[in-house]
Amino acid sequence: MNIRHLLKTSSGGLKTNKSRSVLTILGIVIGIAAIIIVMALGQGAQNLILGQLQAIGSKVIAVVPGRQPTGPADIIATFTDSLKEKDLESLENKSNVPHAVNIMPVVFGSQTAAFESETYSPTILGVTEIFANLYNIYTADGRIFTEDEVKSYADVVVIGDEIKKELFGASDAVGEKIKIKGRNFRVIGVLNKAGQVSFINFDKVAFVPYTTAQQYIFGIKYFHRLAIEADTEENVPSTVAAIQTTLRNNHNITDPKKDDFFIETQASAMATVSTITGALTMFLAAVAAISLIVGGIGIMNIMLVSVTERTHEIGLRKALGATEADILKQFLLEAVLLTAIGGIVGIVLGGLLSLGISLLLSHILGVDWKFTFPINGALLGLGVSALIGLTFGLYPAKQAAKKSPIEALRYE
Amino acid sequence: MSLIEVKNLEKTFHDEKVETPALRGVSFDVDEGEFLAIMGPSGSGKSTLLHTLGFLDRQTKGEYKFDGKTIDEYSDDELAKARNEKMGFIFQTFNLLRRTSVLENVKLPLLYSSVPESAWEEKARKALDSVGLSHRLHHEPSQLSGGERQRVAIARALVNNPKVIFADEPTGNLDSKSGKTVMEIIQKLNEEEGRTVILITHETYTAEHAQRIMKLLEGEIESDIKVDHRHKADDFLK
Repeated sequence: MNIRHLLKTSSGGLKTNKSRSVLTILGIVIGIAAIIIVMALGQGAQNLILGQLQAIGSKVIAVVPGRQPTGPADIIATFTDSLKEKDLESLENKSNVPHAVNIMPVVFGSQTAAFESETYSPTILGVTEIFANLYNIYTADGRIFTEDEVKSYADVVVIGDEIKKELFGASDAVGEKIKIKGRNFRVIGVLNKAGQVSFINFDKVAFVPYTTAQQYIFGIKYFHRLAIEADTEENVPSTVAAIQTTLRNNHNITDPKKDDFFIETQASAMATVSTITGALTMFLAAVAAISLIVGGIGIMNIMLVSVTERTHEIGLRKALGATEADILKQFLLEAVLLTAIGGIVGIVLGGLLSLGISLLLSHILGVDWKFTFPINGALLGLGVSALIGLTFGLYPAKQAAKKSPIEALRYE
Repeated sequence: MSLIEVKNLEKTFHDEKVETPALRGVSFDVDEGEFLAIMGPSGSGKSTLLHTLGFLDRQTKGEYKFDGKTIDEYSDDELAKARNEKMGFIFQTFNLLRRTSVLENVKLPLLYSSVPESAWEEKARKALDSVGLSHRLHHEPSQLSGGERQRVAIARALVNNPKVIFADEPTGNLDSKSGKTVMEIIQKLNEEEGRTVILITHETYTAEHAQRIMKLLEGEIESDIKVDHRHKADDFLK
């Protein structure tokens, strides 16, 4: 019996019991759709986070005080004061870190800003004049503060789009003075609307010289972060190594395990994010896969019923010359067809649902959530469903093939 | 050489505890082109004998030679092939596939044969023509009368041009008129086409269409006699 007639025979068997066939594949449809949705959303979330990371720039290295958290108990260790002015000076020394072109200390926190009767709580970022370059943002009005203003603890501020709107409405902000922690800051620039970039919504940020922020706003003598830009992407690893050596020297650390700082690069952050979102996606997909097994058992169940019901047909086919292999193939193919159809319907359904969810998320969260159809997931789903058809169809098909023609013909 | 040679054939069915002998050593020959009727009450072993002769089951003891080769020389797949190519079956309950057209039902044995697909349609139509059902090709069995269904089954038995036709109570589920038509066709297959026919029945009238009647009782041959006054088919097909 050639494959075309085998297909015809098997699909004929399924068509005879249409509603049952449809109900049988429901489990597979749901299982595959769930896997597709989980994988599509996982991929979307990963792309979103990676996109944010990409905005930081591949040459930028972040030095963060404290030990890299490896568990919940270590979280507290991240808020330490190990990065000081002395470290900044050592890192700026070309003989220590030859490939560093820009070094920017960062301090941050939340404070209330007020203009006349209006108030707003922006994130205050204390930075140097290079922040606009580093973050790729521009002023819509006015200017960025200068190196001199940083050195002279100037009371100047560059505000984000949303702060400007909240405090000043439609009127000009540049030249006005806003009050932060009881101190008057002159607005010298307003930023373009930038939205969410590298996990910070720049529209809600007020940039001030880090010197002023340390001294007058936060009252600290350490940094929350050092952003260091290497001259080329190739020199990032050697720069990381140089930073580690310099800081360990400064902090008298000989055992790298006792580092009181850790270093993040775009590459390392991306790898971490990919690992975490990848693991989460796989975990959720595995949970969804359980429904596939349940669906497979459902198929086996129905196939067994079908084999018993069609004992007569099996006997007849054998009497007319069908071999055991012919019958085995027929019933196995029925099971595989069922699951394959279930798989295809599941992929289409899952694809459509995840597209819908992606659009909904973009709308609700206001982020650029991109829908990607998980081709890997679709192929995996098809493969898995066919495999389930084979696995769970084999036992009923064997039962069918084993039937003796007379026993089968006698069965009423 | 006879087409069918049976020597001391025994068949015993094994239950968990009980052994039930169905055939207790039967011996007979059937020549090519013969029309044999097997009669006997229920439990006499006539169905068991037909199943063994039709390669649907194997004997427990004794020898069965078909077309010069003993059944023991055939593998299960070869038995299937022989059923397909050399034997045609007609059952009391017709055994047609439901929701499948008459034409497709008749094609069924060809599906498992080595006949090229291009020849299927013609063979099936020819077989249906020979039982007078050319006008019912695309009907489904449920739309046909009992007699018509049995004629579809006969066409299916014929389609692969078998040497032997095995008919298990072919008129058992039919009214007398349809039964007569079916017997006419079977008789014609034997006389005009020279096919060997082995028929099971418990009706003497039906059996008397054959050339020879073999009576079984409790797994043994009670009698095996030639029919003197055969019932002849009315020539309904003319």
